[in-house]
Amino acid sequence: MSAANIAPAPIPIIEARKLEKSYPQPDGSRIQVIAPTDLAIYPGQVLVLLGPSGCGKSTLLRMLTGLSPATAGSVYWHGHPVGDESPNVSIVFQSFALFPWLTVLENVEAPLEARGMPPVERRKRSLRIIDAVGLDGFEIAYPKELSGGMKQRVGVARALVVEPEVLFMDEPFSALDVLTAETLRGELLELWLGHKIPTRAIFIVTHNIEEAVVLADRIIVLGRNPAHIHADFKVDLSHPRDRKGPHFLELVDSIYRILTQPAHKDDTAPPRTFGPGTLTRSKTIMLPHTRPGGMAGLLEILADHGGRVDLHRLADELSLEVDALLPTVDTAVLLGMLRVEEGDAVITAEGQAFAQADIQARKAIFRKAALANVPLLRQMEQALKAKSNRTLSEEFFRDLLDEHFGEEESRRQLETAIQWGRYAEIFDYDAATGKLTLTEA
Amino acid sequence: MPDLTPSTAQATPLPPTVTRPAGSRWSWAFLIDIGVFLFVCAAIFGVYAIGRSWLGPVHAHVEISQNPNVLPLYALYSLARISVAYALSLVFALAYGYVAASSRRAEIIMVPLLDILQSIPVLSFLPGVMLAMVAIFPHSQLGVELGSILLIFTGQVWNIAFSFYSSLKTVPRELHEAAVIYRFSRWQRFAELDLPFSTIGLVWNSMMSVAGGWFFLMACEMFVLGNRDFRLPGLGSFLQTAASHGNTRAILWGVAAMIAVIVLLDQLVWRPIIVWADKFKFEQVESSGAAPSTLLNLIGRASIVLRLYRLILQPVFHWLTLTFTLGARRAAEAFSTPKQNLLRRWIGYLLAAGVLVGLGFAVFHAVRELSGLHREDYDELLESAALTFLRVNTALILGALWTVPAGVAIGSNPRLARIAQPLVQMAASIPATALFPIILLFLLRLRGGLEIAALLLMLLGTQWYILFNVIAGAMAIPTDLKEAAQIYRFRSWDRWRHLILPGIFPYLVTGMVTASGGAWNASIVAEYFHFQGRIVSTAGLGSTISSASDSGRFDVLLASTLIMATVVVLINRLLWRRLYRLASSRFKLET
Repeated sequence: MSAANIAPAPIPIIEARKLEKSYPQPDGSRIQVIAPTDLAIYPGQVLVLLGPSGCGKSTLLRMLTGLSPATAGSVYWHGHPVGDESPNVSIVFQSFALFPWLTVLENVEAPLEARGMPPVERRKRSLRIIDAVGLDGFEIAYPKELSGGMKQRVGVARALVVEPEVLFMDEPFSALDVLTAETLRGELLELWLGHKIPTRAIFIVTHNIEEAVVLADRIIVLGRNPAHIHADFKVDLSHPRDRKGPHFLELVDSIYRILTQPAHKDDTAPPRTFGPGTLTRSKTIMLPHTRPGGMAGLLEILADHGGRVDLHRLADELSLEVDALLPTVDTAVLLGMLRVEEGDAVITAEGQAFAQADIQARKAIFRKAALANVPLLRQMEQALKAKSNRTLSEEFFRDLLDEHFGEEESRRQLETAIQWGRYAEIFDYDAATGKLTLTEA
Repeated sequence: MPDLTPSTAQATPLPPTVTRPAGSRWSWAFLIDIGVFLFVCAAIFGVYAIGRSWLGPVHAHVEISQNPNVLPLYALYSLARISVAYALSLVFALAYGYVAASSRRAEIIMVPLLDILQSIPVLSFLPGVMLAMVAIFPHSQLGVELGSILLIFTGQVWNIAFSFYSSLKTVPRELHEAAVIYRFSRWQRFAELDLPFSTIGLVWNSMMSVAGGWFFLMACEMFVLGNRDFRLPGLGSFLQTAASHGNTRAILWGVAAMIAVIVLLDQLVWRPIIVWADKFKFEQVESSGAAPSTLLNLIGRASIVLRLYRLILQPVFHWLTLTFTLGARRAAEAFSTPKQNLLRRWIGYLLAAGVLVGLGFAVFHAVRELSGLHREDYDELLESAALTFLRVNTALILGALWTVPAGVAIGSNPRLARIAQPLVQMAASIPATALFPIILLFLLRLRGGLEIAALLLMLLGTQWYILFNVIAGAMAIPTDLKEAAQIYRFRSWDRWRHLILPGIFPYLVTGMVTASGGAWNASIVAEYFHFQGRIVSTAGLGSTISSASDSGRFDVLLASTLIMATVVVLINRLLWRRLYRLASSRFKLET
């Protein structure tokens, strides 16, 4: 099921060919954030783009809608390059993006006003759609008077009122609580499956695996560094989908497996398991943005569970979304304290030792693992040792990182490295002066 | 509004109007309508009176009355000057901020320029602006009036422009994207996104600007330039004349009128606007506690502003939006074509070239003017700059010395704050320049009286900024930190050192920055004064500027103005900006 098997479908509404995004660096080189990607949106489909946060899902969505220009490649709209005609699309935003100074009605009317529709007609259409999403009675309320779910209903109404051919949704339910999100998903499916809206396709970006399986006709899993299509498959379950049904759970499990696979796109046969050895191959490892404390918690829980836990179940138990759990798992894997096998997290001997140690001993274990497995920290230690006063400015390291990452990312990388290095007592850091000093043993 | 089903909605083409807050009655609304009608009548008469005065011939010698009966008319004249200047400022600031925020190339020049323009002492423009305006309109009062308006304009425009610019730069990305994806035209984006998002910042900065406007207006309604005597009937000239003659009764009447005008403005204009602007607050949840207004509670919250907005502004905006969006032309906007850019780029180049030529011309003439000065002149200028530097900083330190304890006391005691805050606001809104003649009246009898008076004027003009900020800072210290200090039995000094001073530090810096700029500006009025037919002055850069404009020494005027601007910019860069950075990195209270 994880194999790429795109069905030979009718002509796509939107098609991206070799779409690519990269940002120029000060030294003239470019950082690629999205590898050349082919992607097509077919009529009658709910297409879900799934991936961990920060992997470039939203950037891809913005390029498809024309909000953000592509560095290379192009987007075709019914076979014509976008730019000749502008696509009739809508976006539902994660933050709702409602205008707080306009009432619900005025918010929904604004896109019609922008198209020059006369007042009477646009009022009629807006009220009809407000009614359809269940907002009647709130027409003259301001967004801040509404709950999160109501606000996103306004967002959906505003998107639908222009009768878009493709409805784009950027993490539409992730700012809502679990119950409200579930209700809204149901309502969206009701509108879509009941053909109550003229929309021909829906494109949803999310990091929530279950949400993807509940909604999608087709799921595309995105990998990181740079973003690329990791898997692309159809979902043939019939609606309404039973979250406890065996097919549903099997599908969720297999997506977990895909997501926790290493993201080396040039590996033709990605290894099922991997330890620190496979990762240190590449010289620049991207550190997951986590704090040592989170990993300690994860390892303790694992030790309590006998050293092996299904990741999906673990996330469920901790009411964590995969998005929040995966960086911590990545950290433990990177430091050699954890292995991922078939969607299960398995604690290693080092991990076991770490989980059982006291505070000081933990620091020693962490230090050893960090220096062995994180080239950046090793580099930093060596650079500090080379200086007679054992002190270097953080700018020095940022310049080093700038060669491999974008400005924002290298700032975050350094921040994470400093967190880890301080915890491991490799160096001290003075935030006021931005100086790193080697910790004397 | 449950009756708003699609079928009935067709019959109502306009939005369901005023949502009336509970508690207000229709009888009140009726009185308001009468009040508004009377106000409109008065406004029409006022415009007529102002027009007659402004377009009238130049009077060789305008007699400023000392009779309290003229005060309403004089107040109206002053108010008209402020209003026109403010309207000009707002329009200019919106344009400036918009261009700076939307063109990256313009931004590079326009933002630092704003910083420098803000630092130039406005009052040193006075002679040049006045002479130019009188030359343009030699046959009517309009020249002098426009001169004073332009001056107030330069005093209030920059911070409004900066506020608008920085609001535009912080429009949330997804809101901006929504505007693009739903194909808002440029105008609709401005009217429905940019302007509303900036409203709250604009309102607060407008209030500050207008308060500053009063300060300058009081100073420039009556002044001497060489052998010419410019007078404008208004509250400032009334007070100056009364003080000059030692007419205590007239002084009291003048001050009372001044306070009345400011209180009325505050209650009738600013408070309703603040309440109305609350709807533009960019937040996802409703918060309580908009600025209260006693009068507003009486007449039913922001109904006047709301009515004016719904009756006039909203329909105009809707009409404009429709006009601008007819035709699907702007559909191409999201994917702009290179051809347009080329044309625009050339226009940009031409504009830049024009500006450069103009700048070069100005610099050339300035250098020629300055080369006429000798070395001794510069030594003297630097010496007076040092004196003013001392004076300004003494005033700042004195201000901080009393406002920090007072502000902390007010800020950490809610009951005291309720009583003291309106009083402080009141005191702060009275322009120090209006009181200056009165202060002089008493202090000039003492030895070194002007020295004290100059310090006092600087203090009066600037201490309030510090006090406001200290109060706000003390209020913002979290309760749990105060409790921690109590539990661990901090002694008084430790509490100040570890809790209060670090807590108010960012606020104190903010207050001091504004106060410092204000004090430099005030030096021009404070160090040199025409009083009872003679000149009283004390050495300093401000006094140099004033005397140079008095005697028509434009080379000295230019040099001293440049020096003052440089000193202010340098102090901002070298001291305040660093403290500011320190404040926002180390002393920020994060939760």
